[in-house]
This record gives sequence, structure tokens and C-alpha cells, in this order.
Amino acid sequence: MQLKEVEIDGNKWLLSSNRVLFWEQQNALLLADAHLGKTGHFRKEGIGIPQDVYQKDLHRLFDCIHFFQTKHVWIIGDLFHSHGNKELDLFLKWRKDFKKIEFHLVKGNHDILPKQWYEDANIQLHTKEVVIGNIELTHDPKDYVDPEKYSLSGHVHPGVLIKGLGRQKLRFPCFYFGQKQGLLPAFGEFTGLFTIETESNDKCFAIVNHELIPISC
Amino acid sequence: MQYNSVKLDFKDSKGYKVVEHWLQKRGWQPFSFQYETWESIWSEKHGLVNAPTGCGKTFSVFLGAVIQYINEHPNDWQTRGHKELYLLWVTPLRALAKDIVRAMEEAVQEIGLPWKIAMRNGDTETTERQKQKKNPPQVLVITPESLHLLIAQKKHLTFFEGIACVAVDEWHELIGSKRGVQTELAISHLVHNSKRSLLVWGISATIGNLEEAAEVLLHPVRAQSWKLIRAELDKRIEIISIIPDEIETYPWAGHLGIKLAEQLIPIIESSRTTLLFINTRSMSEIWYQKILELAPQLAGAMALHHGSIEKELRVWVEEALHQEVLKLVVCTASLDLGVDFRPVDTVIQVGSPKGVSRFLQRAGRSGHQPGAISKIFFLPTHSLELMEAAALKSALSYQHIEAKQPLQLCFDVLVQYLCTLATGDGFEAEDAFKEIQNTFCFQDISQEEWHELLHLITKGGNSLQAYDEFRKVEIEDTKYIIKNRRIALRHRMNIGTIVSDALLKVKTIQGKYLGTIEEWFVSKLEPGTVFTLAGRNLELIGMKDMTAIVKPSKSKKSLVPSWMGGRMPLSANLGVLLRQTLNLVHEQSFNDWPIELQALQHLFEIQQDLSHIPHKDELLIEYIATKDGYHLFVHPFEGRLVHEAMAAIVAYRISLIQPITFSIAMNDYSFELLSDQPLPIDELDLYSLFSTKQLLLDIQKSVNAAEMAKRKFRDIAVIGGLIFQGFPGEQKKARHLQSSASLLFQVFQEYEPNNVLLRQAYQEVFDQQMEEQRLRQALDRIQSSEIILKKPTRLTPFSFPVKVDGLNRENLSSEKLEDRVKRMQEQLKK
Repeated sequence: MQLKEVEIDGNKWLLSSNRVLFWEQQNALLLADAHLGKTGHFRKEGIGIPQDVYQKDLHRLFDCIHFFQTKHVWIIGDLFHSHGNKELDLFLKWRKDFKKIEFHLVKGNHDILPKQWYEDANIQLHTKEVVIGNIELTHDPKDYVDPEKYSLSGHVHPGVLIKGLGRQKLRFPCFYFGQKQGLLPAFGEFTGLFTIETESNDKCFAIVNHELIPISC
Repeated sequence: MQYNSVKLDFKDSKGYKVVEHWLQKRGWQPFSFQYETWESIWSEKHGLVNAPTGCGKTFSVFLGAVIQYINEHPNDWQTRGHKELYLLWVTPLRALAKDIVRAMEEAVQEIGLPWKIAMRNGDTETTERQKQKKNPPQVLVITPESLHLLIAQKKHLTFFEGIACVAVDEWHELIGSKRGVQTELAISHLVHNSKRSLLVWGISATIGNLEEAAEVLLHPVRAQSWKLIRAELDKRIEIISIIPDEIETYPWAGHLGIKLAEQLIPIIESSRTTLLFINTRSMSEIWYQKILELAPQLAGAMALHHGSIEKELRVWVEEALHQEVLKLVVCTASLDLGVDFRPVDTVIQVGSPKGVSRFLQRAGRSGHQPGAISKIFFLPTHSLELMEAAALKSALSYQHIEAKQPLQLCFDVLVQYLCTLATGDGFEAEDAFKEIQNTFCFQDISQEEWHELLHLITKGGNSLQAYDEFRKVEIEDTKYIIKNRRIALRHRMNIGTIVSDALLKVKTIQGKYLGTIEEWFVSKLEPGTVFTLAGRNLELIGMKDMTAIVKPSKSKKSLVPSWMGGRMPLSANLGVLLRQTLNLVHEQSFNDWPIELQALQHLFEIQQDLSHIPHKDELLIEYIATKDGYHLFVHPFEGRLVHEAMAAIVAYRISLIQPITFSIAMNDYSFELLSDQPLPIDELDLYSLFSTKQLLLDIQKSVNAAEMAKRKFRDIAVIGGLIFQGFPGEQKKARHLQSSASLLFQVFQEYEPNNVLLRQAYQEVFDQQMEEQRLRQALDRIQSSEIILKKPTRLTPFSFPVKVDGLNRENLSSEKLEDRVKRMQEQLKK
């Protein structure tokens, strides 16, 4: 795992190649688009995606919580992929072992489980934008409300296209920070990529295997 | 059968007499291959009829079945109401079905046989399907997909109970493809479950391995006697090349040839009906517009026909062709097959047909009168294609016709088929195994592979058992069955996917269906963009579910959609002929050259000036630096398939010398390795790059390094049911089940590298793209040739086409991904 530091409007953020962001001043771990239970959802419908992907996503989540010694986890939408299934039981089992850690979910379009479910799982559900200091969190960047704040969101599954000489082209998931808005990479590994356009002075970090490589915009 | 022992001579049989009487009334004489087929069917043989389009091949097997039926019921064939299906007619193209049905209907009506002839394919209405089920027709014309859909129905065997004969038309189009494997499986299923002796017949145009083609089709009945019947019809073909007036300015590359359109007008004007064959759908749209512009008097007398045009319009075009109201049809492979359009007297081929047999077939579309010469005009779309015309001419005199290799062990098709059986009545493992082993494709399937497949459809591969709810095929007692209705429905939707790409419908705001278009093309369009479909300019309004909503546009500027499907590799046979043709430049004096080569003289001079024209025992390599990077052009003239394999091997071997990344491109003449760094060209031992030493190992390593299996995996994932393309109009409900093939490839690669479907992607690369035997032969040839390395100062006529229009770009890298990204970043800063 590799870490890179960025400073956005006075906030110091540590980016990890494990697809999470650690906010030092708040002692909080931020991530988006985990899509837990996606493999199970596919499997229930007869599409045999290996469940090891899901297991590894969960492990990566625990590892990050341990590593940053955080007590607050903020998920900016799409924590779960779809309706409830047995895979989520594995998440719940683990959740019980981490009772002291606060889980906040800024609701995303995939978060369609009944309210009670989140309560039982000890996850605080936020159905509207959340403001922490001068940062506004929404799942979909389009729902950004207050132009005075810096917006941080998920939903997009941002990918950056890198072109080189000799017709070389590569695409990687990335962290993206524009002038007023930032995007987190999708945490879940079984998720697609959407190629974003960057402008000069934007900051972008490609996740290449276990490294974070700054991409000049 | 009893009557056989009574009546010894076929000619005396009731059935033959009835049919002969009818033919006489019509004033027809049967061809000897037709008679031979009837007689073979009469003596209960299976077989394959080899006959070209346009000489009554349908009537060979069809009338054979009619005769057989009459002979089975000599006294009451006209009066007994037959209630069962008697003849199943499998055809690869739905466009053909209608004409076949019409020809058969006419025949039975005139013979006085009260048979019902029906068709069934993707366009057949549900009510019609139900009618067929309640009240089966005696002849059913069906596509392989629709046949599988029938098998996916409960109690389908009752429907097939009385079937006496199954005929597979256009077998040459099916063999070598996954739809061919689908057909093999369906036939084995019918043979396996048939209560009476079922005759299997195929009809095929000429291919290089007819004998093998027959063995593949007839594999389930191989123990019984069968016959290969060849129609010895001498059809003379004349090729006329259209040579650009100003060859000096004719493009070195590209694929349009539109500059020559004007030269076509007099040919069209002086013909009764012309078919203009264009290789891809997008180009056919352009040609249609261009000809209309050059010859507005043709408006109303010309039409466009390709696979993406709505069915009604296609059917109209086909009808109009019969009725001789059209002077010109611009078409693609969609008009390649089957039915005859008798009025057609001229065929023009634009661009390389990429294979000898396809070219012959197209030529055969003109001049149907016995003894008539089939004329085909060849219009090159770029200069070097003229060489192909010369090569094709020599192919005619040598009868070089390529073979179509049958596929083996296509597990994606088998996974789909097992689910098909499970959706219908369910299957017993042992029983199904026998049935499957009886096909050519799966004759070598091992017990281990079989159990792996059963595991895959019931357990779904790697799982966290306690937390898994995988559900597809369930085992009830000993029966494998799909019980969940939604999964069954989704599977049935998936059956047709072997043919179709991700296609979107195109509709007007009012909901009128105009045709289809490939998804990746639309995804590049913004609302407001104007594009051309079916000869009309349309403005994109927006996307809704799987439909592009458009309105007519008067805009003069428009984009032409591209379809990926139309590009096919040159066959290896044609490659050899190309090399021989090129060698004529050295062997003969200018005056003896074929006219096509003479026309290219100017181009040859430039090539010789800048670089070299290889003799047939030489391999030319050109190393050229441009602003794009450093290009290594290799010109083996072996056809695209061999080049693909060779390029991967050579790139891999260079990448062992230093960490480097290549982008690979190829066409039928050459391949290109492009790198952002200079190559140590003078230190390379060129012969060792093309060595056959360690070939197998290097093939494997280069396939991995170039991620070649990734592209294969797309189709496999769709056919194997991993990618769900959605219910029509119900996309929303399935949205949480969408994923891309490249993501799946990545996930399986990492978490389940042993997955059957993933393994198959690699196997297909080895069998089809990197076929060792073919590559070894080509490399052996190079080892005994002289390798000529040139460093031209600019692009040459030989290297230009592959640079601007090469296909299948693949990357091969021996660098660490992280280093590569960093270097690409560095380059940007410079």
C-alpha cells in the first residue's frame, strides 16, 4: 500500500492505494461505492462470479480501519449493491466485532435496504448531504448543494486515461480533485470504471497496482 | 422398412413417379445430383449435398423427403391428414427462410400434397408459435437459435416425435462457427431421442474440406451409411478488375474506393440488375449515397440491403429483386447466401472479398442460366488490393478453395446448451453426456471436464459456502433442472446471443422501428448528432433503455455508423497466391504482368525506390521512425491470422531483450510493431526472432503478455451466460446485473483462473489465432528465406496500409506497469 498527501481548502487528506481517504483532522476514514454483496446478487441470479472478490474487499476494509486506527468510517454512498442477501450476513458478523467504530452512510442510489436494516447493523444513515467543516459530502456529485463548500463524492467510479507515444493507452481507477469538487475511486473491486475529463490545475492520482501515481492534468 | 423389400427400384416407386410427373408438367429435367440425393434418401442414407447457389439445391433434399413421404403412404398421401412434423429445415439466415418456404409451398401445392410449410425464427409472432405447437406443420424452416429455443420448452420431444428428416442448409456458413456447434448439438439431441430412424442431410457450397464437413454434421449417425453428393455443374466465372484511371493518385490505404464510383455507372446502366457487394455495413451506406448523387435517375430503382435494416424493408428489397423492379441493390454479406435472384446479371465486389470461396459464391449470383458465364467486377478500395484481384484470378484457375475448420470443445456453447436442456424438461447427467459425446465438437470431452461443467451450472464456481446463494440449475433426485422462472426466462433470452452483438434499436419519436446500430457507436454520439442509417439521415434525440430515439434530419453532414462485424481476415490460401502474384514483378517482364500489376507499376517504383520489393523467397522488414514512435513493419503476405500470431511472438521475443511496450497492428499483407522507444535494431538477430525453437512455450507466454484472451472472453461470457443483455423494454429491473466483459475477465483472471469459460478463452486463442501448425509453417518458410532489413526515410506503399488501417491493436509489454505509467508521464512533460 502506498500513501500520498493532498491538501484541499486547508484539509489534510491521506490517500491510500487501497482506495480510501484518511482525514487526519477528523480521524475519519472515507470511502465510496463499496458495492458489498454484488457478487452474491449476481450469484443468486445464476451468474457465477467468484465470491473471493467480495471476501477480499471486506478484508481490505478491515485492514484500512486497523491501519489508520480510526473510529469513524464514512461511506459516501453505495455501501451495498442491491437487496439483502447472505453475503451481507458476513458483513454483519464482522460488524458485531467492531462495535466501537461508528459507521456513517451517505445514502447512494444503490442503498435500497429497509431503514431497519441499517439500524440493526448500527449504521447511521444520512439521506441528505452531510457537511463536515468546509466539506460537503454527497453520493452523486450532481447533488452538490452549497457552492461555498468543497464537494466530495463517489458514484462516478472515476477512471483516468493515460496516453503515451506509440499509441499507448492505459486506464486506471483514480482519486480526482478539481477546483470545487473531488471524487473518490470505487472501493469495491468488482465495479466498472468511467473515464473522467481533467482540467489543468486539477489533481489526479492513478491507482496502479499498489502505487499511487500523480497524473499531470 | 417393408416397402423397400417389395419395391426394388427407386424409379418404380410411387413417390418418384409423382414428383417426376410434376417436373415434366413444369418442363424441368432433374439434375443428376438431385436424382442421386432422392435415391439416397429412398435407400435410407444420410448425406451431404454439395451444390452451388442457384441450381436447385433446395429441391434436392426437399423433394427427396416428399418422395419418401409418398412412398411411406402410397395409397393415401393426398388424403390422409398428416398431423406431425416430417421435415425440419435448418437455415442460418432468417432472410432466406421466406423464399425457401415460398418455393416449397409452390411445389407441394402443384404436386397435390396437403402439407403445411411454416417458418420459425426470431421474427415469428408468439401466436404463430403457439399455433405451430398445437398443430405442427409438416415442414418447419428454422434457425439454429430458434431450434434451441424449442428445445428449451417443456415436452418439446412430443413436437419432434414423427420427424423423418432434418436438413441443414448452408452448412458451409455454419461449420467453423459457434452456431455450427449449436446445430451439431441440436441434431445429436434429435437423433438421440428419435423413435424412428431419422435421416440427417446437409447442403453446402464448395469448401476445401467437404469430406470433413460431412463427417462433422453426420457425426451422430456416423455408424450408419452416408453419402457425399457433388453437383458437377461447371460454372464459368470471369473476373474483371476496375482499374483507376489515375492510379498515381489512388490512395495507398483506406477502404472506401469511392473515387471509382463513377466508373460503375455505365456498368449498372447496361445491366438488367446489379448486386453491389460492399464488405461492411457502414461503407454500404456511403456507397448508396454516392451512387444516388452520381446517378439520380436511379432513385426508386435502387435499394440498400444489410443486416441492420429493419426486416420489412429487407423483405421488400428481396421481393423487388424477384420482380425485376430494381436495377441496383447495394448490399453486404446479408445477401450472400441461399436464394436466387434470377434477374441478377451483374455482380460488383467492392474491396477484397477476403477469401476465395466467398468470392466464388458472390460471382455465382449472376448469370443463372445453365452454361452462362458468371461475371464479377472487382473494384479495389486501395492500390494494393489490385494485387488481390490478380491473385483471385489465379485462384480460379488452380481451384484454391479454403477449408473451414470445425470447432472443438466449445464449453461456452455447451454451458448454454445444458441450461437449455435444464430449462426444458431437465436432463439426466448420464443421458446428456452420451448425447453430447456423440457430436463432433464434444467427442473428446473428458469425464473430468464434464463434471466440472455440471459443477459450474449447479454450484457456480468458487464460493464462500455458508454465505452463498448461487442458484441456476438445481438437481431434483437425479434430474438437472432450472426451476426458477426468472432464471429460465433470462436464459431463453440469452439463447439468441450467439449471433448478436450489443445492438440498440433505432426508433423515431413516434415509435417506428428503423433498424439497429452497435452500442459502442451510439455511445460516442451526443444528442443532436446526425448519422445515416438505411440511406436516411437521422438526428439523435436521446437514448431510452436499449433504444436510440431519432428524428429525420435534412442536414447534409452526417456520421456513418461503423459496425465491427464486417471485417474478416484473408484466408491463408489467398496469402500464398498474393506472394506468388507479387513475385511476378521479378519473374516476368512488364508486358507479361497481369493488368492489375501493370496498373500498379508506379507504386512498385516508389516501393523499390524507398525500400525493396521482396522476392517470394525473401522477407522484407522495414524499420521507420515517425512522430508516432518507432515502427517495425514486417511484410510476410501470409494473411491476417498468421500475422497476428507472428506479431505476438516477435514482439514477445524482442521484449525479452529489453523492457519495452509494443502496440501491435496487422492486416493481410503485413504487421507492425510500434514502440515509444527506439529498438536495438542492429543488434537484433532477426532470424532468431522468427525461429521455431521453443515455439510452443513462447506462444503461451506471448498470449499472456498481450492479454489476447481478453477479447475472446467477451463472446464467451455472453454465450456462457455471465453477461446478461437484458430483457427488451425491461432493462431497469436487470440494471443491478450489468457488468462489462473486461471487468469479468479481470475478476476471473485473479480469483478463479481455472474457470472453464476463462480457460476456453485461452484455448480459442491457441486454436484460432495462435494456431501452432500454421505459425510453424510460416516461420519455417521465413527461416529458409532471406530476411531483408531496410530503413526507409518515410513510410512506404507496403507499410502505409497497416499503419493507417491496421486491425486488432493489441499491446504487449515487458515493463512494470508502474514504470510504464511514470515514463508516459515523463514523455508528456517534454
